[in-house]
Amino acid sequence: MILYWAAVLAISTLLYVLLDGFDLGVGILFGVTHHETSRHAMMSAVAPIWDGNETWLVVTGVVLWGAFPLVYSVLLSAFYLPLLLMLAGLILRGVAFEFRHKTERMRWLWNASFAGGSLVAAFMQGLTVGALVEGLPISHGRYIGGDLGWLSPFALLCGVGLCLGYTLLGTCWLVRKCEGEVRDMAYRFIPYLSLGLLAFLIAVFAFALVENLQVMSRWLQRPYLFAFPIIGMIAGVVLAASIRRRDDRAPFPMVVVIFAAAFGTLAISFWPYMVPFSITIDEAAAPHSSLAFMFWGAGLFVFPLMLVYTAISLLVFRGKVENTAQHY
Amino acid sequence: MDITALLLSRLQFAFTVSFHIIFPSFTIGLAAWLTVIEALHLVTGRPAYRLVFEFWLKIFGIAFGLGVVSGIVMAFQFGTNWSELSRMSGPVQGPLLSYETFTAFALEASFFGILLFGRQRVAPWFYLFSTAMVALGTTLSAFWIMVNNSWMQVPVGYVVEHGVFVPNDWAKIIFSPVVWVRFPHMLLASYLTGAFCVAATGAWYLLRREFQAEAQIMLRMGFYLAAVLVPVQIFFGHLTGDYIHDDQPAKFAAIEARWYDEQPANEVLIAIPDSRAETNHYALSVPVLGSVIASMSINSKEVGLTDFPRQNRPPVLIPFFAFRIMVGCGLVMLLLAWVGSYLSVKGHIERNRLLLWCTFLSFPLPFIAILTGWFTAEVGRQPWTVYGVLRTANAMTPFLTTRAATISLAVFSAVYIFIFAFGIFYIYQLLREGPVGRLVVPPSDAIPNRPMSVVKHPVTPTSRGLVAGE
Repeated sequence: MILYWAAVLAISTLLYVLLDGFDLGVGILFGVTHHETSRHAMMSAVAPIWDGNETWLVVTGVVLWGAFPLVYSVLLSAFYLPLLLMLAGLILRGVAFEFRHKTERMRWLWNASFAGGSLVAAFMQGLTVGALVEGLPISHGRYIGGDLGWLSPFALLCGVGLCLGYTLLGTCWLVRKCEGEVRDMAYRFIPYLSLGLLAFLIAVFAFALVENLQVMSRWLQRPYLFAFPIIGMIAGVVLAASIRRRDDRAPFPMVVVIFAAAFGTLAISFWPYMVPFSITIDEAAAPHSSLAFMFWGAGLFVFPLMLVYTAISLLVFRGKVENTAQHY
Repeated sequence: MDITALLLSRLQFAFTVSFHIIFPSFTIGLAAWLTVIEALHLVTGRPAYRLVFEFWLKIFGIAFGLGVVSGIVMAFQFGTNWSELSRMSGPVQGPLLSYETFTAFALEASFFGILLFGRQRVAPWFYLFSTAMVALGTTLSAFWIMVNNSWMQVPVGYVVEHGVFVPNDWAKIIFSPVVWVRFPHMLLASYLTGAFCVAATGAWYLLRREFQAEAQIMLRMGFYLAAVLVPVQIFFGHLTGDYIHDDQPAKFAAIEARWYDEQPANEVLIAIPDSRAETNHYALSVPVLGSVIASMSINSKEVGLTDFPRQNRPPVLIPFFAFRIMVGCGLVMLLLAWVGSYLSVKGHIERNRLLLWCTFLSFPLPFIAILTGWFTAEVGRQPWTVYGVLRTANAMTPFLTTRAATISLAVFSAVYIFIFAFGIFYIYQLLREGPVGRLVVPPSDAIPNRPMSVVKHPVTPTSRGLVAGE
């Protein structure tokens, strides 16, 4: 039961990162675009699905609370300020989808809130993951670091890294969904973003070596972990090849594979800890009665259904945006 | 533990949750109504229904968006500001909110996209189905939220182990009688919110002598629905009062501003309660009525606040006045709905400008009633977060500093006021513009008494602006 919910949590977190990742990435790219037609196309490429994508963040939040209440209470209270800023960012970008079309004169405001909100939300998410990898000051199941205990150069670096990663996802989504100018722009950005991400990964690795992070020792203990970076590298090569061929469909799945590989690496190197390295999955788990109640309804029936909904909405809005945009 | 941080956290929760509830309570009712309209359109083929649908869908879109983004904050706030509550009651509340998200949020979010962007991409029956799914989603969402909140009001079906609430009887939690009076009470409130907003908009257009056909649909449907639902709502409100009387006697006494035991009890209609002096100033009260309302008897003994130690008493002013404002709004709505329905049946409502003005100006009433109803429920529960077992002061994140709490309250206030101001302004613009220019002129052979003839020439939207995303 505990394993099942740990798996659900992992799947919904990964889905959130992948799905909201690309629409946050599109939001960040929005900030460097100046043509109204391009902006319109970019918005259209994510507008029908962003809301469903963001749902996965709430799913992650409530599964964490229901199945692992200890981790929920420790992490959310520890990351008080970063989460506040992330939420503010998500709100400001979320309302921009609706508000942008309602005005001509004030459109600059919602353009700014869309791009700025996306950037802040992505940065804060990366920052929290970085702080988590580095290790939070926790004693007896309670965070003791104070208001800024999560702040470190490494966490900031990870914030930048995730922005790069999300933007890369976003460009690949645009390549898949758009034509013309937006697609060309996305293709121009992809090599720089990929190199930036690579540089970030090298920096993280170097940092981990220098600081002798606890994660490192686990890598040496578990050599099979290297399978993930290798899968990621293969995906990177395929990505490069598909960009050269201007194959619109391939880059996005490849970046997805890279993200999944990175996620798998992190998850398995933490195992069996949920908050590394102070709270394990078993310690954090809710009582059996809670997990079982969630399992026999939400877990067994609704969760697969939710995956189906997500697939349906991605299917209904498949294809290039120009072909779909004519009716609205 | 920081007293200022506690106060700020409570303010922040009250502010964010009050802001949030405005939108779901509107969209729950509106979603159900949109389903009915879409079904009517499918059956009758009358273009006016389609116009009304498209028009309200745009407004639904904005309100729904505001509800979603402000709802995400709620999912996090339990952990950020109330870490002790979330650690202790996570095993009970976490699964309930998980069900809320899993069943409701997923349905809403997925099918809402189809509503906004999928009209041309799916079959008409599937479009109607999607509308119904969005409505079902909003309703389920309300249900789980009410189960969760009712558990905090009257905790049942749990044992305490190692300082954690461990659920041992989920049936008791979900089928608690408290849930089954409070959930209908909330659902009806949402339907009434939808009904009054729609009717008020219809009245506005009639006052402006515009969009007659659409305005008539809005006004009549709103009135008829409200005329039936307001009495039912008052009945469920009474049942809600019964559970408070039985399970939360201190809250009941606070709502009634009853300081000492009375037999038979007076009903204080209006007064200025004074917690320090434990008395009411300028009280206007009716003898015996207090016993009748509380226990349906003419000589029952009703408890007063002084039966409870001071540290276990809720504040009195807010529940007392909030409850009276809620009831007042309900009575005004009842009057409007009945008079409006009567005149609608008689068929000359559009000539009664006084009633149209009153209806137009009535749209804030359901919102005020919902907010004050929640103030009564939540402030009346104090000083407990989980009634009788976990104090609000002990539920807070223990290391939360005043500095952090000030920053977050300031950020949330600024962001919410900012988006609220624009959201309301854009909704106002849409309403003012009205259901215009979205459909092509019906083909000439679609004569009014042969509405199905439209089906042969499907109404098509003009190229721009079918929905929020143009």
